[in-house]
Amino acid sequence: MRSWPVLLLVTWLALGTTGLQADSILSMNPEETFDTSQQLDRYEALINDLRCVVCQNQSVAESNVELARDLRRITRDMILAGKTDAEIKQFMTDRYGDFVLYSPPLKPTTYLLWGAPAILLLLGAVVMVSVVGRRSGESSDDAERTGENI
Amino acid sequence: MIPELGHVALVMALCLAVTQSFFGLAGPIFDKPSWSAVAKPVSIGHFVFVCIAYAGLTYAFIQNDFSVAYVAGHSNSGLPFMYRIAAVWGGHEGSMLLWILMLAAWGALLGVFTRRIPLQTAAKVLGVMGVVSVAFMWFTLATSNPFDRLIPAPMDGRDLNPLLQDPGLVIHPPMLYMGYVGFAVAFSFAIAAMIEGKLDSQWARWIRPWTAAAWAFLTIGIALGSWWAYYELGWGGWWFWDPVENASFMPWLIGTALLHSLAVTERRGLFKGWTLLLAVSAFSLSLLGTFLVRSGVLVSVHAFATDPARGLFILAMLVFFIGGALALYAWRAPQLAQKGGFAPLSRETFLLANNMLFVVATLLVLFGTLYPLFLDGLGLGKISVGPPYFNLVFVIPTLPLVLLMGMGMHSTWKKTDWSQLKGKLWPFALATVLFTAIVPLIVYGQFGVMKFIGLTLGVWVMAVAFIDPVRYLLRKHSLRGYSRTMLAMCIAHFGIGLFVIGVTMVETYGIARDIGMKPGDVAQVDDYSFTFVGTRNVEGPNYSAVRGEVIVEKDGERVTVLYPEKRTYRVQQNPMTEAAIHPRIRRDLFVAMGEPLGQGAWSMRIQYKPFIRLIWLGALVMAFAAFFGISDRRYRVRSEAEAAERTPAEGHGKLQEGLA
Amino acid sequence: MKSLKYLLPGLAFLVLAAFFYRGLFLDPRTVPSPLIGKPAPAFDLQELRQPDTRFATADMFGKPAVLNVWATWCAGCKQEHDFLMRLARSGEVPLYGMNYRDERDKALEWLSQLGDPYKAIAYDPEGMGSLDWGVYGAPETFLIDPEGTVVYKHLGPLNPPIWEREFRPRIAAMQGSTQ
Repeated sequence: MRSWPVLLLVTWLALGTTGLQADSILSMNPEETFDTSQQLDRYEALINDLRCVVCQNQSVAESNVELARDLRRITRDMILAGKTDAEIKQFMTDRYGDFVLYSPPLKPTTYLLWGAPAILLLLGAVVMVSVVGRRSGESSDDAERTGENI
Repeated sequence: MIPELGHVALVMALCLAVTQSFFGLAGPIFDKPSWSAVAKPVSIGHFVFVCIAYAGLTYAFIQNDFSVAYVAGHSNSGLPFMYRIAAVWGGHEGSMLLWILMLAAWGALLGVFTRRIPLQTAAKVLGVMGVVSVAFMWFTLATSNPFDRLIPAPMDGRDLNPLLQDPGLVIHPPMLYMGYVGFAVAFSFAIAAMIEGKLDSQWARWIRPWTAAAWAFLTIGIALGSWWAYYELGWGGWWFWDPVENASFMPWLIGTALLHSLAVTERRGLFKGWTLLLAVSAFSLSLLGTFLVRSGVLVSVHAFATDPARGLFILAMLVFFIGGALALYAWRAPQLAQKGGFAPLSRETFLLANNMLFVVATLLVLFGTLYPLFLDGLGLGKISVGPPYFNLVFVIPTLPLVLLMGMGMHSTWKKTDWSQLKGKLWPFALATVLFTAIVPLIVYGQFGVMKFIGLTLGVWVMAVAFIDPVRYLLRKHSLRGYSRTMLAMCIAHFGIGLFVIGVTMVETYGIARDIGMKPGDVAQVDDYSFTFVGTRNVEGPNYSAVRGEVIVEKDGERVTVLYPEKRTYRVQQNPMTEAAIHPRIRRDLFVAMGEPLGQGAWSMRIQYKPFIRLIWLGALVMAFAAFFGISDRRYRVRSEAEAAERTPAEGHGKLQEGLA
Repeated sequence: MKSLKYLLPGLAFLVLAAFFYRGLFLDPRTVPSPLIGKPAPAFDLQELRQPDTRFATADMFGKPAVLNVWATWCAGCKQEHDFLMRLARSGEVPLYGMNYRDERDKALEWLSQLGDPYKAIAYDPEGMGSLDWGVYGAPETFLIDPEGTVVYKHLGPLNPPIWEREFRPRIAAMQGSTQ
């Protein structure tokens, strides 16, 4: 009976360590920590959108440095705490700046970047229309076969 | 001794390149055929000496000569033989030598295979190639000499980056460089035309096979890089929009546009300005890539050790070649414009749309890659532009491109009759939509907008690719007489379809899971169960590894056992993930080890990747098509006879009846 | 007029080349801190040398202060250590430390061997306190004004030229405004 403190201690240690282990497995086991598949999807999307500031060529999802692991854990915790994606991204950029986002935020300095597809397509369409318009008015006799000079 | 011989050979090669440049350009300019005639043999001699130099460096690697600084930096006595040969291009200096070797090879090929081209033109082309060679060799000898000695020599080298110790590495850079550098030929033809002030369909016919060959190599090179990244980097991805990947992709996009634009220039003498600009741009983008990889201006996993001094030299080269070419363009292109009409619905219009969309796609990639530099340079802060941006933005021009591809290839020159085109294609369109709406639903039980769009476009292109050859075959019971160029187009487009399907399937139906597993745990991914048995330690030739064992089963039957590894290379001490893959056309099963979690447990990355092999298969099909197209006799027949023989078979729905 | 459009590619290229030239002198890897001009993030951690006491951000307020993030595994920290010792002796500005992702025993031994320039050191083995400061490596050094606003961040080892160029003028400006 006198050994019960020891027993308690041993039990506590055993539970404590397996608890720790389970937690670290859990922290690598995103599926078992989220309540809904939307949360899991959000998690995956977010950690792939964050750039690992240390290695810089990997996303936080891919990188194995400690900072990346911490950021993954924080992301998970924030999702479970009910934060929105915007709030999580704000947390990251407050500390590391816009550099940490692989998808640059829409702000005046990036209007040109995000507007590029529309602008270029528009320009392309304008060129197409003008060229085709001009060419359809011309005779379609072959201007040359071979060997034409300027 | 041998490295010094190699060094001398390189200097000799430089002298020969100077000779080639001088005689190649001065001969035509001063109208001295005897001078022009010098260019071809000199180009072959130049190649020979570059080979000697390259062989010298390879010898130093094979012999583990660590008194050569470059060898000491990139090799090790424990490095397996195959990788000692590949290590020659594992670092900046050696890869520059590889560049020079490829350039010399293309030059020598030009020296041999241009008998049908007028001497003065061929000389100019070789002259420009010579100038490019001179620039690169001067750069290498002055700033990046691979033959520099390291005295006293270290006992052993610093080993090749473990990421590069792989069979894929042995072929990826040479193929890539053959392509990258091969666009210098198109560039040289363009410069020659601008100097001459003459650009016609004959010119287009000359340049086409060279461009197609370079494009084919580049296609293979990029595909190899993607495949290699997939199995070597351990994340299961196949494209990362890394700046250096983009740097190889942009010349490919422009090269594709160039091949199409050349079709119009050859057939109708139109789009000369476009073709010229595209020919200049393709190689310009190759040069740009060289700058980005070696200057330290952008962060990239591929970047060599950077050095602003080298960066400045390369930038000077960029300004000289690209600036010079574009100045020539601004001068000559206005003089090239000419008459030639075509209807709003015509093959010409489709090819114009093709040009536009490819250029838009290239500009989007370029813009995204360089935008962080723009902002940083203007002091407006540091941002990152990564896969989320590119993945979204890139499909905007390319989805319409794939759709139009199916229609454009069946259009006719000058004017296409819409009801005829519609009549030809609508059954296939309908069959495609029915197929992609129903079959994936049955097989995978899922439906999604992007899945549907991607699959529809891919299947559409494949469905319509072979309509004409098949009809010809059914009529004539043989493909003899069918234009190889046309057949090559069908095969290439079919390859694009395969590629699109591969991308769509793997990105929209793929499953990736990161799971912590103890020995004995089972994970379920799709219909497969993955049982993690445990790990043990193994030793490789120059690494130690923890090897995991994963049993894969489906419906109770064993499919395979996979052995992913976590390696530590002894010299450089970086940990490397060696993924284990079970490859099938229908799906890859991909397992990689993440981090140890204690008590024998590991975080495992398990992925189900349907049809991912189609991505690279499609690319190989495209490359094959290009090589096949080059074998078309029309590129080897004399131009005068040519004009009489050719019939306008592509127009008005008739098929080509054969070349005499 | 028509020929103007043919000049566009060339002109566009020249603009590009100008950016490349500029880019050769920038470092794309450095991540600027978004904390500049903002209040210093709050931390409240154990003091490294006296585990019973705590060291919080507010302890640095009232005077210009320098916070140096360091670790025993960081080669650059060893490089800058001599300079930090000199800085501490000069008394120019109080020097605080944040021991980043490290072990207490190793850190204490390191300090006893190389010297201890810090008025107070926060012990941050998990890196959570540093994360709030946007730290992603070591060494990193922050300059904080008396009101607790982050004024400047330097990445990499400190040395006299950098101190002269970046820190001194800013410290002087702070003291000027309080006069």
